[in-house]
Amino acid sequence: MSRQPVIVGVADAPTENRGRALPGTHVLSMQRDAANEALAEAGLAMTDVDGLAVAGMWGMPGPGAMQPNLLAEYLGIRFPKYLDGTNVGGSAFVLHAGHAYEMIKSGVCDTVLILYGSMQKSQSARSLGGRPAMFSNQFDMVAGLPSPAGAYAMAAHRHFHDYGSSRETLAEIAVATRAWACLNPAAAFQDPLSIEEVLAAAPIVDPLGRLDCCLVTDGGGAVVMTTEERAKDLNSKPIYVLGHGESASHSNINYMPDMGRLEVAEHSSQAAYAMAGLKASDMDMAMIYDSFTITTLLTMEALGLCGRGEGKDFVKGQRTAPGGKFPMNTNGGGLSYCHPGMYGIFLLIEATRQLRGGLGARQAPDVNTAVCHGTGGVLSSGATVVLSNAKP
Amino acid sequence: MTYQKPVPSIDPESAPYWEGARDGRLMIQRCGKTGQTFLYSRQLVPGVDDSKTEWIQASGKGEVYSFTVARRPAGQAFQGDCPYVVVSVTLAEGARIMSNLVTDDVDAVKIGMPVEVFFDEVSDELTIPKFRPA
Repeated sequence: MSRQPVIVGVADAPTENRGRALPGTHVLSMQRDAANEALAEAGLAMTDVDGLAVAGMWGMPGPGAMQPNLLAEYLGIRFPKYLDGTNVGGSAFVLHAGHAYEMIKSGVCDTVLILYGSMQKSQSARSLGGRPAMFSNQFDMVAGLPSPAGAYAMAAHRHFHDYGSSRETLAEIAVATRAWACLNPAAAFQDPLSIEEVLAAAPIVDPLGRLDCCLVTDGGGAVVMTTEERAKDLNSKPIYVLGHGESASHSNINYMPDMGRLEVAEHSSQAAYAMAGLKASDMDMAMIYDSFTITTLLTMEALGLCGRGEGKDFVKGQRTAPGGKFPMNTNGGGLSYCHPGMYGIFLLIEATRQLRGGLGARQAPDVNTAVCHGTGGVLSSGATVVLSNAKP
Repeated sequence: MTYQKPVPSIDPESAPYWEGARDGRLMIQRCGKTGQTFLYSRQLVPGVDDSKTEWIQASGKGEVYSFTVARRPAGQAFQGDCPYVVVSVTLAEGARIMSNLVTDDVDAVKIGMPVEVFFDEVSDELTIPKFRPA
Protein backbone atom coordinates (compact mmCIF):
# COMPACT_ATOMS: atom_id res chain seq x y z
CA MET A 1 0.00 0.00 0.00
CA SER A 2 1.55 3.25 -1.09
CA ARG A 3 1.97 5.88 1.56
CA GLN A 4 3.48 8.25 -1.02
CA PRO A 5 2.18 11.68 0.04
CA VAL A 6 0.06 13.57 -2.46
CA ILE A 7 -1.84 16.86 -2.58
CA VAL A 8 -5.53 16.17 -3.25
CA GLY A 9 -7.24 19.47 -2.48
CA VAL A 10 -6.45 23.18 -2.67
CA ALA A 11 -8.48 26.36 -2.24
CA ASP A 12 -7.86 30.06 -1.82
CA ALA A 13 -10.24 32.43 -0.08
CA PRO A 14 -12.10 34.80 -2.41
CA THR A 15 -11.40 38.54 -2.08
CA GLU A 16 -12.75 41.66 -3.75
CA ASN A 17 -11.82 45.32 -4.19
CA ARG A 18 -8.02 44.89 -4.52
CA GLY A 19 -7.68 42.09 -2.03
CA ARG A 20 -10.27 42.69 0.67
CA ALA A 21 -11.98 39.74 2.34
CA LEU A 22 -15.66 39.42 1.51
CA PRO A 23 -18.08 41.15 3.91
CA GLY A 24 -18.97 39.01 6.90
CA THR A 25 -15.67 37.10 6.78
CA HIS A 26 -13.37 36.79 9.75
CA VAL A 27 -10.02 35.10 10.14
CA LEU A 28 -11.45 31.76 11.28
CA SER A 29 -14.43 31.56 8.92
CA MET A 30 -12.12 32.32 6.00
CA GLN A 31 -10.00 29.30 6.90
CA ARG A 32 -13.06 27.10 7.45
CA ASP A 33 -14.45 27.97 4.02
CA ALA A 34 -11.10 27.32 2.34
CA ALA A 35 -10.73 24.03 4.22
CA ASN A 36 -14.19 22.86 3.23
CA GLU A 37 -13.62 23.81 -0.39
CA ALA A 38 -10.27 22.02 -0.55
CA LEU A 39 -11.68 18.92 1.15
CA ALA A 40 -14.77 18.90 -1.09
CA GLU A 41 -12.57 19.10 -4.18
CA ALA A 42 -11.08 15.76 -3.15
CA GLY A 43 -14.32 14.27 -1.84
CA LEU A 44 -13.07 14.32 1.73
CA ALA A 45 -14.75 15.72 4.86
CA MET A 46 -13.44 17.48 7.96
CA THR A 47 -13.86 14.21 9.90
CA ASP A 48 -11.20 12.64 7.64
CA VAL A 49 -8.58 15.14 8.79
CA ASP A 50 -6.14 13.75 11.37
CA GLY A 51 -3.31 16.23 10.95
CA LEU A 52 -3.36 20.04 11.12
CA ALA A 53 -0.66 22.56 10.22
CA VAL A 54 -1.21 26.29 10.49
CA ALA A 55 0.71 29.55 10.74
CA GLY A 56 -0.44 33.15 10.70
CA MET A 57 -0.20 36.57 12.27
CA TRP A 58 -3.48 36.07 14.15
CA GLY A 59 -3.96 34.01 17.30
CA MET A 60 -5.13 34.06 20.88
CA PRO A 61 -3.50 37.11 22.50
CA GLY A 62 -1.18 36.20 25.37
CA PRO A 63 1.62 33.68 25.64
CA GLY A 64 1.85 31.67 22.42
CA ALA A 65 -0.52 32.23 19.54
CA MET A 66 -1.72 28.60 19.77
CA GLN A 67 -3.26 28.63 16.32
CA PRO A 68 -3.36 24.80 15.96
CA ASN A 69 -5.36 24.51 19.20
CA LEU A 70 -7.76 27.24 18.16
CA LEU A 71 -8.36 25.80 14.72
CA ALA A 72 -8.70 22.18 15.87
CA GLU A 73 -11.35 23.44 18.29
CA TYR A 74 -13.11 25.74 15.81
CA LEU A 75 -13.13 23.20 12.97
CA GLY A 76 -14.10 20.31 15.23
CA ILE A 77 -11.08 18.20 14.30
CA ARG A 78 -11.14 15.60 17.07
CA PHE A 79 -7.83 14.43 18.50
CA PRO A 80 -5.54 15.03 15.52
CA LYS A 81 -2.39 12.90 15.49
CA TYR A 82 -0.12 15.59 14.06
CA LEU A 83 -0.13 19.28 14.97
CA ASP A 84 2.16 21.88 13.48
CA GLY A 85 2.29 25.55 14.37
CA THR A 86 5.81 26.16 13.12
CA ASN A 87 6.00 29.81 12.21
CA VAL A 88 9.20 30.86 10.49
CA GLY A 89 7.56 33.55 8.40
CA GLY A 90 5.84 33.26 5.04
CA SER A 91 7.78 30.13 4.12
CA ALA A 92 5.96 28.22 6.89
CA PHE A 93 3.35 26.50 4.72
CA VAL A 94 5.91 25.05 2.33
CA LEU A 95 7.78 23.80 5.37
CA HIS A 96 4.49 22.37 6.72
CA ALA A 97 4.06 20.44 3.47
CA GLY A 98 7.48 18.91 4.06
CA HIS A 99 6.61 17.99 7.63
CA ALA A 100 3.22 16.62 6.52
CA TYR A 101 5.05 14.51 3.93
CA GLU A 102 7.07 12.83 6.67
CA MET A 103 4.08 12.36 8.99
CA ILE A 104 1.97 10.81 6.24
CA LYS A 105 4.75 8.69 4.79
CA SER A 106 5.73 7.26 8.17
CA GLY A 107 2.14 6.46 9.09
CA VAL A 108 1.69 8.92 11.96
CA CYS A 109 -1.42 10.28 10.24
CA ASP A 110 -3.26 9.96 6.95
CA THR A 111 -4.81 13.27 5.96
CA VAL A 112 -3.28 16.67 6.74
CA LEU A 113 -4.93 20.05 6.41
CA ILE A 114 -2.57 23.03 5.94
CA LEU A 115 -4.32 26.33 6.62
CA TYR A 116 -3.78 30.06 6.45
CA GLY A 117 -5.92 33.15 6.91
CA SER A 118 -5.24 36.88 7.26
CA MET A 119 -7.32 40.03 7.55
CA GLN A 120 -4.33 42.39 7.58
CA LYS A 121 -5.69 44.75 4.91
CA SER A 122 -9.14 45.11 6.43
CA GLN A 123 -7.55 45.63 9.82
CA SER A 124 -4.82 48.00 8.53
CA ALA A 125 -2.31 45.91 10.45
CA ARG A 126 0.82 46.68 8.45
CA SER A 127 3.40 49.48 8.66
CA LEU A 128 7.10 49.97 7.93
CA GLY A 129 7.70 50.50 11.66
CA GLY A 130 9.26 47.13 12.26
CA ARG A 131 9.79 45.14 15.42
CA PRO A 132 11.04 46.13 18.89
CA ALA A 133 14.73 46.90 19.28
CA MET A 134 15.61 43.75 21.19
CA PHE A 135 17.76 40.63 20.79
CA SER A 136 19.78 40.96 17.57
CA ASN A 137 17.55 43.85 16.49
CA GLN A 138 18.62 46.12 19.38
CA PHE A 139 21.77 47.20 17.54
CA ASP A 140 20.12 48.35 14.37
CA MET A 141 16.39 49.03 14.81
CA VAL A 142 17.65 52.26 16.32
CA ALA A 143 18.83 53.14 12.80
CA GLY A 144 15.29 53.09 11.41
CA LEU A 145 15.50 50.31 8.82
CA PRO A 146 12.00 50.15 7.28
CA SER A 147 10.88 46.59 7.89
CA PRO A 148 10.88 44.30 6.04
CA ALA A 149 11.40 46.31 2.82
CA GLY A 150 14.70 47.90 3.87
CA ALA A 151 16.29 44.54 4.52
CA TYR A 152 15.41 43.31 1.04
CA ALA A 153 16.68 46.59 -0.40
CA MET A 154 20.08 45.95 1.17
CA ALA A 155 20.17 42.51 -0.42
CA ALA A 156 19.25 44.05 -3.76
CA HIS A 157 22.09 46.57 -3.63
CA ARG A 158 24.51 43.80 -2.77
CA HIS A 159 23.28 41.62 -5.64
CA PHE A 160 23.55 44.56 -8.06
CA HIS A 161 27.11 45.17 -6.89
CA ASP A 162 28.25 41.54 -7.02
CA TYR A 163 26.56 40.39 -10.22
CA GLY A 164 25.69 43.43 -12.32
CA SER A 165 21.93 43.07 -11.97
CA SER A 166 19.92 46.28 -11.91
CA ARG A 167 16.57 47.92 -11.32
CA GLU A 168 15.71 46.87 -14.91
CA THR A 169 16.31 43.23 -13.91
CA LEU A 170 13.84 43.60 -11.06
CA ALA A 171 11.36 45.39 -13.30
CA GLU A 172 11.37 42.44 -15.71
CA ILE A 173 10.16 40.30 -12.80
CA ALA A 174 7.43 42.75 -11.76
CA VAL A 175 6.15 43.04 -15.33
CA ALA A 176 6.18 39.28 -16.04
CA THR A 177 4.40 38.58 -12.77
CA ARG A 178 1.75 41.19 -13.56
CA ALA A 179 1.24 39.63 -16.99
CA TRP A 180 0.37 36.35 -15.27
CA ALA A 181 -1.96 38.20 -12.88
CA CYS A 182 -3.80 39.59 -15.90
CA LEU A 183 -4.78 35.97 -16.66
CA ASN A 184 -5.94 35.25 -13.10
CA PRO A 185 -9.45 36.55 -12.38
CA ALA A 186 -8.74 36.28 -8.63
CA ALA A 187 -5.73 38.61 -8.80
CA ALA A 188 -5.97 41.97 -7.03
CA PHE A 189 -4.22 43.77 -9.90
CA GLN A 190 -5.01 42.83 -13.50
CA ASP A 191 -3.86 45.91 -15.40
CA PRO A 192 -0.77 45.35 -17.59
CA LEU A 193 2.42 46.99 -16.41
CA SER A 194 5.47 48.24 -18.33
CA ILE A 195 9.16 48.26 -17.39
CA GLU A 196 9.03 52.08 -17.49
CA GLU A 197 6.15 52.19 -15.02
CA VAL A 198 8.02 49.98 -12.57
CA LEU A 199 11.15 52.14 -12.84
CA ALA A 200 9.13 55.34 -12.41
CA ALA A 201 7.08 54.14 -9.41
CA ALA A 202 7.43 55.97 -6.12
CA PRO A 203 10.72 55.11 -4.43
CA ILE A 204 10.33 53.33 -1.07
CA VAL A 205 13.75 52.03 -0.02
CA ASP A 206 16.44 52.37 -2.69
CA PRO A 207 16.73 50.50 -4.97
CA LEU A 208 13.17 49.25 -4.48
CA GLY A 209 10.17 51.25 -5.62
CA ARG A 210 6.48 50.77 -4.97
CA LEU A 211 6.09 48.19 -7.74
CA ASP A 212 9.01 46.11 -6.50
CA CYS A 213 7.07 45.50 -3.29
CA CYS A 214 4.37 42.93 -2.64
CA LEU A 215 0.76 43.90 -2.14
CA VAL A 216 -0.91 44.26 1.23
CA THR A 217 -4.12 42.23 1.03
CA ASP A 218 -6.36 39.93 3.03
CA GLY A 219 -6.50 36.30 2.02
CA GLY A 220 -6.27 32.70 3.00
CA GLY A 221 -6.00 29.22 1.68
CA ALA A 222 -6.04 25.50 2.33
CA VAL A 223 -4.05 22.50 1.12
CA VAL A 224 -5.05 18.88 1.79
CA MET A 225 -2.48 16.10 1.68
CA THR A 226 -3.03 12.36 2.01
CA THR A 227 -1.58 9.07 0.77
CA GLU A 228 -1.51 7.97 -2.84
CA GLU A 229 -3.49 4.91 -1.77
CA ARG A 230 -6.29 7.01 -0.27
CA ALA A 231 -6.26 9.30 -3.31
CA LYS A 232 -7.28 6.41 -5.57
CA ASP A 233 -10.84 6.69 -4.21
CA LEU A 234 -10.94 10.50 -4.38
CA ASN A 235 -12.22 12.93 -6.98
CA SER A 236 -9.17 15.04 -7.74
CA LYS A 237 -6.02 14.30 -9.71
CA PRO A 238 -3.31 13.71 -7.08
CA ILE A 239 -0.17 15.80 -7.22
CA TYR A 240 2.87 13.98 -5.88
CA VAL A 241 5.16 15.57 -3.31
CA LEU A 242 8.52 14.15 -4.33
CA GLY A 243 10.94 15.97 -2.10
CA HIS A 244 11.27 18.70 0.48
CA GLY A 245 13.88 20.70 2.38
CA GLU A 246 14.12 23.60 4.82
CA SER A 247 16.74 25.80 6.44
CA ALA A 248 17.40 29.12 8.20
CA SER A 249 20.43 31.37 8.56
CA HIS A 250 19.63 34.56 10.47
CA SER A 251 16.88 36.71 11.92
CA ASN A 252 18.25 40.20 11.26
CA ILE A 253 19.46 41.05 7.75
CA ASN A 254 22.83 42.30 9.04
CA TYR A 255 23.69 38.72 9.96
CA MET A 256 22.81 37.18 6.60
CA PRO A 257 26.06 35.47 5.64
CA ASP A 258 26.11 36.84 2.06
CA MET A 259 23.39 39.33 1.18
CA GLY A 260 23.81 38.71 -2.54
CA ARG A 261 23.21 34.98 -2.26
CA LEU A 262 20.24 33.12 -0.75
CA GLU A 263 22.10 30.25 0.86
CA VAL A 264 19.10 28.94 2.82
CA ALA A 265 17.38 28.24 -0.50
CA GLU A 266 20.48 26.54 -1.85
CA HIS A 267 20.42 24.19 1.14
CA SER A 268 16.67 23.53 1.16
CA SER A 269 16.40 23.03 -2.59
CA GLN A 270 19.39 20.72 -2.79
CA ALA A 271 17.77 18.55 -0.11
CA ALA A 272 14.45 18.60 -1.97
CA TYR A 273 15.95 17.74 -5.36
CA ALA A 274 18.03 14.92 -3.84
CA MET A 275 14.97 13.40 -2.19
CA ALA A 276 13.03 13.68 -5.44
CA GLY A 277 15.88 12.23 -7.48
CA LEU A 278 15.60 15.22 -9.80
CA LYS A 279 17.68 18.22 -10.77
CA ALA A 280 16.86 21.90 -11.15
CA SER A 281 16.97 21.42 -14.91
CA ASP A 282 14.13 18.88 -14.59
CA MET A 283 11.74 21.55 -13.31
CA ASP A 284 9.10 22.73 -15.80
CA MET A 285 7.97 25.70 -13.74
CA ALA A 286 8.63 27.49 -10.46
CA MET A 287 6.51 29.09 -7.80
CA ILE A 288 8.79 31.43 -5.86
CA TYR A 289 7.87 33.59 -2.90
CA ASP A 290 7.95 37.15 -4.25
CA SER A 291 7.67 39.42 -1.25
CA PHE A 292 9.81 41.76 -3.33
CA THR A 293 11.19 41.47 -6.84
CA ILE A 294 14.66 40.88 -5.39
CA THR A 295 13.36 37.86 -3.46
CA THR A 296 12.52 36.18 -6.75
CA LEU A 297 15.88 37.05 -8.32
CA LEU A 298 17.87 35.68 -5.39
CA THR A 299 15.68 32.58 -5.16
CA MET A 300 15.79 31.55 -8.82
CA GLU A 301 19.57 31.57 -8.66
CA ALA A 302 19.62 29.66 -5.38
CA LEU A 303 17.23 27.02 -6.75
CA GLY A 304 19.65 26.44 -9.62
CA LEU A 305 17.17 27.51 -12.30
CA CYS A 306 20.11 29.55 -13.57
CA GLY A 307 23.66 30.04 -12.35
CA ARG A 308 24.54 32.46 -9.57
CA GLY A 309 24.52 35.97 -11.00
CA GLU A 310 22.76 34.80 -14.16
CA GLY A 311 19.28 35.77 -13.02
CA LYS A 312 19.50 39.02 -14.99
CA ASP A 313 19.73 37.03 -18.22
CA PHE A 314 17.19 34.45 -17.08
CA VAL A 315 14.41 37.05 -16.72
CA LYS A 316 15.45 39.33 -19.60
CA GLY A 317 12.92 39.93 -22.37
CA GLN A 318 10.00 38.55 -20.30
CA ARG A 319 11.34 34.98 -20.34
CA THR A 320 9.20 34.08 -17.29
CA ALA A 321 6.00 35.74 -18.53
CA PRO A 322 3.06 33.98 -20.25
CA GLY A 323 4.36 32.65 -23.56
CA GLY A 324 7.95 32.78 -22.30
CA LYS A 325 10.43 29.95 -21.95
CA PHE A 326 10.02 29.32 -18.24
CA PRO A 327 6.69 29.82 -16.42
CA MET A 328 7.18 31.37 -13.00
CA ASN A 329 4.72 32.73 -10.44
CA THR A 330 1.82 31.98 -12.72
CA ASN A 331 -0.90 33.14 -10.29
CA GLY A 332 0.45 36.69 -10.39
CA GLY A 333 2.49 36.28 -7.22
CA GLY A 334 2.65 38.28 -4.06
CA LEU A 335 3.43 41.23 -6.30
CA SER A 336 0.10 41.25 -8.16
CA TYR A 337 -2.24 38.43 -7.02
CA CYS A 338 -2.33 38.69 -3.23
CA HIS A 339 -0.03 39.06 -0.26
CA PRO A 340 -1.83 38.70 3.05
CA GLY A 341 1.46 38.85 5.00
CA MET A 342 2.50 35.18 4.83
CA TYR A 343 2.12 34.12 1.23
CA GLY A 344 3.72 30.66 1.13
CA ILE A 345 0.53 28.59 0.94
CA PHE A 346 -0.38 30.14 -2.42
CA LEU A 347 2.78 28.67 -3.94
CA LEU A 348 1.48 25.17 -3.21
CA ILE A 349 -2.05 26.00 -4.38
CA GLU A 350 -0.98 27.41 -7.74
CA ALA A 351 1.63 24.73 -8.48
CA THR A 352 -0.99 22.06 -7.79
CA ARG A 353 -3.47 23.72 -10.14
CA GLN A 354 -0.92 24.11 -12.91
CA LEU A 355 0.22 20.49 -12.61
CA ARG A 356 -3.38 19.26 -12.75
CA GLY A 357 -3.89 21.28 -15.94
CA GLY A 358 -6.94 22.87 -17.49
CA LEU A 359 -6.40 26.42 -16.24
CA GLY A 360 -7.44 28.01 -19.52
CA ALA A 361 -5.53 31.12 -20.57
CA ARG A 362 -3.36 30.91 -17.46
CA GLN A 363 -2.32 27.30 -18.06
CA ALA A 364 1.42 26.98 -18.55
CA PRO A 365 2.11 24.55 -21.41
CA ASP A 366 3.59 21.10 -20.80
CA VAL A 367 4.24 21.40 -17.08
CA ASN A 368 4.74 18.09 -15.26
CA THR A 369 7.13 19.11 -12.50
CA ALA A 370 7.24 22.21 -10.32
CA VAL A 371 9.51 23.59 -7.64
CA CYS A 372 7.93 25.72 -4.90
CA HIS A 373 10.11 27.82 -2.63
CA GLY A 374 8.97 29.90 0.33
CA THR A 375 11.01 32.59 2.04
CA GLY A 376 10.32 33.77 5.58
CA GLY A 377 11.45 36.71 7.69
CA VAL A 378 14.02 38.87 5.92
CA LEU A 379 15.50 36.16 3.66
CA SER A 380 15.84 34.31 6.98
CA SER A 381 14.20 30.93 6.46
CA GLY A 382 13.55 28.89 3.35
CA ALA A 383 11.50 25.84 2.47
CA THR A 384 11.34 23.98 -0.84
CA VAL A 385 9.08 21.25 -2.19
CA VAL A 386 9.27 19.46 -5.51
CA LEU A 387 5.93 18.43 -7.02
CA SER A 388 4.95 16.28 -9.98
CA ASN A 389 1.76 15.16 -11.64
CA ALA A 390 3.28 11.76 -12.41
CA LYS A 391 3.76 8.80 -10.10
CA PRO A 392 7.41 8.61 -9.05
CA MET B 1 12.15 67.00 23.93
CA THR B 2 12.47 63.35 24.80
CA TYR B 3 13.97 60.96 22.28
CA GLN B 4 11.13 59.49 20.19
CA LYS B 5 12.91 56.79 18.18
CA PRO B 6 13.25 53.16 19.23
CA VAL B 7 15.70 52.60 22.08
CA PRO B 8 17.51 49.30 22.54
CA SER B 9 16.35 46.71 25.07
CA ILE B 10 19.81 46.29 26.54
CA ASP B 11 20.52 42.83 27.95
CA PRO B 12 23.47 41.53 30.02
CA GLU B 13 25.30 40.36 26.90
CA SER B 14 24.94 43.63 25.04
CA ALA B 15 25.59 46.06 27.89
CA PRO B 16 29.34 46.40 27.17
CA TYR B 17 28.52 47.51 23.63
CA TRP B 18 26.19 50.30 24.77
CA GLU B 19 28.39 51.29 27.71
CA GLY B 20 31.34 51.53 25.33
CA ALA B 21 29.35 53.77 22.99
CA ARG B 22 28.58 56.14 25.85
CA ASP B 23 32.34 56.40 26.46
CA GLY B 24 33.06 56.97 22.77
CA ARG B 25 34.39 53.49 22.09
CA LEU B 26 33.05 51.03 19.50
CA MET B 27 33.13 47.65 21.22
CA ILE B 28 32.94 44.40 19.31
CA GLN B 29 33.58 40.80 20.26
CA ARG B 30 36.41 38.53 19.25
CA CYS B 31 36.78 34.78 19.43
CA GLY B 32 39.71 33.81 21.69
CA LYS B 33 40.21 30.66 19.63
CA THR B 34 39.99 31.76 15.99
CA GLY B 35 40.49 35.52 16.27
CA GLN B 36 37.35 36.25 14.24
CA THR B 37 35.40 39.32 15.29
CA PHE B 38 31.64 39.53 15.31
CA LEU B 39 28.44 41.20 16.39
CA TYR B 40 25.77 40.96 17.70
CA SER B 41 27.26 40.36 21.07
CA ARG B 42 26.61 37.17 22.94
CA GLN B 43 28.71 34.77 24.98
CA LEU B 44 29.09 32.34 22.10
CA VAL B 45 31.02 32.48 18.87
CA PRO B 46 28.74 31.48 16.02
CA GLY B 47 29.97 28.26 14.46
CA VAL B 48 32.84 27.71 16.93
CA ASP B 49 32.54 25.08 19.66
CA ASP B 50 34.03 25.59 23.14
CA SER B 51 34.50 29.24 22.25
CA LYS B 52 35.76 31.98 24.52
CA THR B 53 34.68 35.48 23.70
CA GLU B 54 36.42 38.72 24.54
CA TRP B 55 35.55 42.37 23.99
CA ILE B 56 37.89 44.58 22.00
CA GLN B 57 37.71 48.19 20.90
CA ALA B 58 37.31 48.47 17.14
CA SER B 59 39.15 51.09 15.10
CA GLY B 60 35.83 52.47 13.91
CA LYS B 61 36.98 52.34 10.30
CA GLY B 62 35.32 50.21 7.69
CA GLU B 63 33.59 50.13 4.34
CA VAL B 64 30.00 49.94 3.15
CA TYR B 65 28.89 46.31 2.76
CA SER B 66 25.40 47.28 1.67
CA PHE B 67 22.88 50.04 2.29
CA THR B 68 19.49 51.44 1.53
CA VAL B 69 18.19 54.97 1.27
CA ALA B 70 14.89 55.15 3.12
CA ARG B 71 12.54 57.36 1.12
CA ARG B 72 9.73 56.30 3.44
CA PRO B 73 10.29 56.25 7.18
CA ALA B 74 10.33 53.29 9.56
CA GLY B 75 7.49 54.83 11.52
CA GLN B 76 6.57 58.37 12.50
CA ALA B 77 9.72 59.06 14.53
CA PHE B 78 11.90 58.83 11.42
CA GLN B 79 9.60 60.94 9.18
CA GLY B 80 11.70 64.10 9.48
CA ASP B 81 14.91 62.26 8.56
CA CYS B 82 13.82 61.12 5.08
CA PRO B 83 15.74 60.45 2.96
CA TYR B 84 18.20 58.75 5.32
CA VAL B 85 20.73 55.98 4.86
CA VAL B 86 20.76 52.69 6.75
CA VAL B 87 24.07 50.99 6.21
CA SER B 88 25.73 47.67 6.88
CA VAL B 89 29.44 48.30 7.42
CA THR B 90 32.26 45.76 7.30
CA LEU B 91 34.63 46.99 9.99
CA ALA B 92 38.38 46.85 9.42
CA GLU B 93 38.45 44.07 12.05
CA GLY B 94 35.97 42.01 9.99
CA ALA B 95 32.71 42.21 11.94
CA ARG B 96 29.64 43.60 10.23
CA ILE B 97 27.62 46.36 11.94
CA MET B 98 24.37 48.05 10.93
CA SER B 99 23.68 51.71 11.65
CA ASN B 100 23.06 55.01 9.92
CA LEU B 101 25.45 56.58 7.44
CA VAL B 102 25.03 60.29 8.01
CA THR B 103 25.72 62.28 4.86
CA ASP B 104 24.34 65.27 2.99
CA ASP B 105 24.60 63.38 -0.29
CA VAL B 106 22.56 60.19 0.02
CA ASP B 107 22.80 59.55 -3.72
CA ALA B 108 26.60 59.29 -3.54
CA VAL B 109 26.59 56.30 -1.18
CA LYS B 110 28.17 53.23 -2.74
CA ILE B 111 29.17 49.74 -1.69
CA GLY B 112 32.86 49.68 -0.81
CA MET B 113 32.89 53.35 0.21
CA PRO B 114 35.18 54.00 3.23
CA VAL B 115 33.38 55.16 6.37
CA GLU B 116 34.27 55.92 9.98
CA VAL B 117 32.35 55.81 13.21
CA PHE B 118 31.16 58.77 15.27
CA PHE B 119 29.13 58.75 18.43
CA ASP B 120 25.71 60.37 18.42
CA GLU B 121 24.59 61.17 21.97
CA VAL B 122 20.86 61.12 21.35
CA SER B 123 19.87 61.30 25.03
CA ASP B 124 21.45 61.22 28.48
CA GLU B 125 21.07 57.45 28.51
CA LEU B 126 21.76 56.52 24.90
CA THR B 127 24.70 57.07 22.56
CA ILE B 128 24.48 55.41 19.15
CA PRO B 129 27.55 54.55 17.07
CA LYS B 130 26.87 55.95 13.58
CA PHE B 131 29.02 56.37 10.51
CA ARG B 132 30.04 59.11 8.11
CA PRO B 133 32.08 59.06 4.91
CA ALA B 134 35.80 58.75 5.75
